[in-house]
Amino acid sequence: MASVTLDKINKVFGSTHIIKDVDLAIGEGEFVVFVGPSGCGKSTLLRLIAGLESITDGELSIGDQVVNELPPRERGVGMVFQSYALYPHMTVYENMAFGLKLAKTAKETVHERVMATARILQLEELLERKPKALSGGQRQRVAMGRAMAREPRILLFDEPLSNLDASLRVQMRNEIARLHKRLGSTMVYVTHDQVEAMTLADKIVVLNGGRVEQVGSPQELYQRPATKFVAGFIGSPTMNFLPARLLGADATGCRIGATGLTELALPQDASGHAQGAALTLGIRPEHLRLSEAQGSEGFEIVNVEYLGNEVYVYLEPKEGETLLIQRGEAPTTWRVGQRVTLAPDPEHVHLFDAGGRALSVKAARAVA
Amino acid sequence: MTSRQLSKLAARAGFWLLVALIVVVAVFPFYYAIKTSFTPSGDLFRVELWPTRATLANYAQIFSQRSFLQAIFNSILVATSVVFIALLLGITASYALGRVRFRGRTSVLLIILGVSMFPQVAVLSGLFEVIRALNLYNNPGGLILSYTIFTLPFTVWVLTTFMRQLPLELEEAAIMDGATPWVTITKVFLPLMWPAMATTGLLAFIAAWNEFLFALTFTLTDSQRTVPVAIALLSGGSAYELPWAPIMAASVVVTVPLVVLVIIFQRRIVSGLTAGAVKG
Repeated sequence: MASVTLDKINKVFGSTHIIKDVDLAIGEGEFVVFVGPSGCGKSTLLRLIAGLESITDGELSIGDQVVNELPPRERGVGMVFQSYALYPHMTVYENMAFGLKLAKTAKETVHERVMATARILQLEELLERKPKALSGGQRQRVAMGRAMAREPRILLFDEPLSNLDASLRVQMRNEIARLHKRLGSTMVYVTHDQVEAMTLADKIVVLNGGRVEQVGSPQELYQRPATKFVAGFIGSPTMNFLPARLLGADATGCRIGATGLTELALPQDASGHAQGAALTLGIRPEHLRLSEAQGSEGFEIVNVEYLGNEVYVYLEPKEGETLLIQRGEAPTTWRVGQRVTLAPDPEHVHLFDAGGRALSVKAARAVA
Repeated sequence: MTSRQLSKLAARAGFWLLVALIVVVAVFPFYYAIKTSFTPSGDLFRVELWPTRATLANYAQIFSQRSFLQAIFNSILVATSVVFIALLLGITASYALGRVRFRGRTSVLLIILGVSMFPQVAVLSGLFEVIRALNLYNNPGGLILSYTIFTLPFTVWVLTTFMRQLPLELEEAAIMDGATPWVTITKVFLPLMWPAMATTGLLAFIAAWNEFLFALTFTLTDSQRTVPVAIALLSGGSAYELPWAPIMAASVVVTVPLVVLVIIFQRRIVSGLTAGAVKG
């Protein structure tokens, strides 16, 4: 178990700058998830920590030791790969013992550790099998066992569940969460799946274009996204965005106008922006309320999706092409073709400036 | 019987007739060599498909010659050394060429391929000087060196192709487990590359076993010769007699090991040669 500290980490491949000035502190025993769209650098960042790629600039410490120049085996890290990458010619036991044997561990200790790991992961029955005789979930567990057997200070996971089918993925997700509680070791986990990120993480790191967009707990990221990117990335269905104008700012907040909505008084601090400035209003589907519109005002319902426990109502936007989504309880009486007005809950409205940064909520009215 | 059935039957018969013809054309020379090896010298020029007076005298004769036994021993020594060295160098080279990214990798591969295209005769005199300079003339070492030079390009190419197909994550997993490149090659890649190794190894063995030109040029005395040269230089009772029957007997003796090897490794050869064709 150890902490990891990234200080102004940069990675350049040829002429592409993949990781840009990443600062990050991972505490002892924390479960940190790197999440972001493909190509955002999350896997590269993990590989930099593992030591599979060299760091171009910056300082990486594990515990209080700078490890930039250390090879992977001296960093005390274990890694689970997306494709498992088990050694096909070795049995499960040999797969898990390989690293220990290379580290010249005493024979009894090797046996002890492998058996202990196998017990934790319920692999005792499978120790004599070859990987090809295992199911996907079992291979996944062996891959974790191989990474754990050497008792690394940090466990790294590179999209470990993306090769599994949906139901097995949920099951393994639970197993990983329980494993973390049981071992208490520091884990860094890379995924592009925001559900995995939300359910597993103590701390989520959202990456975009090689930069850290926001670091925080799942609740923080969901309730107070720092940028429009995070707001759109976390949550499913995604947050609705509407173009808006600043009508005025005062001590308690600001007033906002958006096409199709009534004027809104919001708690955000807009004092740094000129009157009439273009902003983006963000509201999650579950925080929209619909009411029947009179005549031709409001928005037209273009689709209603019934999911059993809830209903998604899709609305034709006034500007842009992305449909607005409202999430409500099932059953519903809304029908395609009806016109509705929107009533956003001011407590849950987010405002983003032209650069995509969220406007902060004034302290007095901030959500506790 | 309808005419349709008849024509079907005829087509079938024609097909098998063709197969039989091809088999006869391909196999007959070998059959005749084997037949000749059992024929007494006196009957050599009587054309017959089956030896009327079969004898083992030709075999007894060649095995009674010490120089022939020595030649077999030399051939085994040279061919196995070539296989061993070529595989060792080939596997390490293929790791570098298939796995390590460095500037000029493609040029190196192309140069290797280009070198293998020269006919043996073109490099014969140059190689002769090299072998003289290294003091390996009339020594199995000279043959091992020259055969290795000609085998390596093929070995490296096949093994590199095969090495590239092994998943990258496998190597990274080994690195995470603390394996050095050498350990990764020997403990992780080698066990997975047996089909390719068997294929290239066997082909290298056959090439070294049958090679004639270098063997003739770089050896001088009977005690250093390999089998192909020894067979060619088998002498009969007089300078005017070519001892065909013993030559055939010797050829059969040296071909048998190859056939056995091929049969043992045939499944691996097929899986090794087609390894590059389809993913799997």
